[in-house]
Amino acid sequence: MVVLNKELMTIVREVDVIPFRNRLKEHAVKIGMGLVNQTKIITAASELARNMLKYAKGGKVTLEVISTGRENGIRLTFKDQGPGIANIPMAMKDGYSTAKSLGLGLPGTKRLVSEFNIESEVGKGTTVTVIKWKNG
Amino acid sequence: MEKIPILRMGRLLLVTIQVDLYDRLAESLEADLVQMINKTGARGVLIDISAVSIIDSFMGRIIGNIAAMSKILDAETVVVGMQPAVAITLVELGLPLSGVFSALNVEKGMELLRSKLTNMERNVDGSDDGSAE
Repeated sequence: MVVLNKELMTIVREVDVIPFRNRLKEHAVKIGMGLVNQTKIITAASELARNMLKYAKGGKVTLEVISTGRENGIRLTFKDQGPGIANIPMAMKDGYSTAKSLGLGLPGTKRLVSEFNIESEVGKGTTVTVIKWKNG
Repeated sequence: MEKIPILRMGRLLLVTIQVDLYDRLAESLEADLVQMINKTGARGVLIDISAVSIIDSFMGRIIGNIAAMSKILDAETVVVGMQPAVAITLVELGLPLSGVFSALNVEKGMELLRSKLTNMERNVDGSDDGSAE
């Protein structure tokens, strides 16, 4: 897998999410992603950025344009130094939330992307990586 | 701070969301709308989201809240103009906005609201006084 473009963005305030979304959209358009997939990855990114703000008071996102040769896509890595998630399988269940939300964030996000990976250590932080292929 | 304008058209309130919503803006719209319904005695709210390209779970919840709060204040809410890609994404996210009335465009939304109001008035047998002011 080749990384064609890499950018790092910091998200510490709610309004930081908008320029991040716009940047993501630019890259998605550039690799020729269709409108539905664009909307899915941007919505997923929005959910993950919101989680990061809510639970970890912000963090960093790496935005990468990747290619396998046959297919192009976008990889996002959300890294925070928040409290971490003790029970990941539970957090991935629909309707589960430790905050007063609908609990759709993580499982819903997973449905919107092609690949989803989450790693977390209690007290250290959480890293979520998602990939959306152009035609995925 | 930015604000989303709420227009009054007779007994209806009209909101056109033209900017990308972030959380605080959406929350202030929710509060403004509920206050406006209370102040004007509006019976219907039409929210045009045709310019909104992203609705995530938070935004979806705000829309659901607005509909639920309006209902308690005796006003119906119709959401119009949702982009197809947004509809696909919302359902996959797991947020089908089941408590919210929707229509394809502003015209159809107005029609829906008007017919709802006429029905309501017929049912309560002319007890409507039009406006609170």
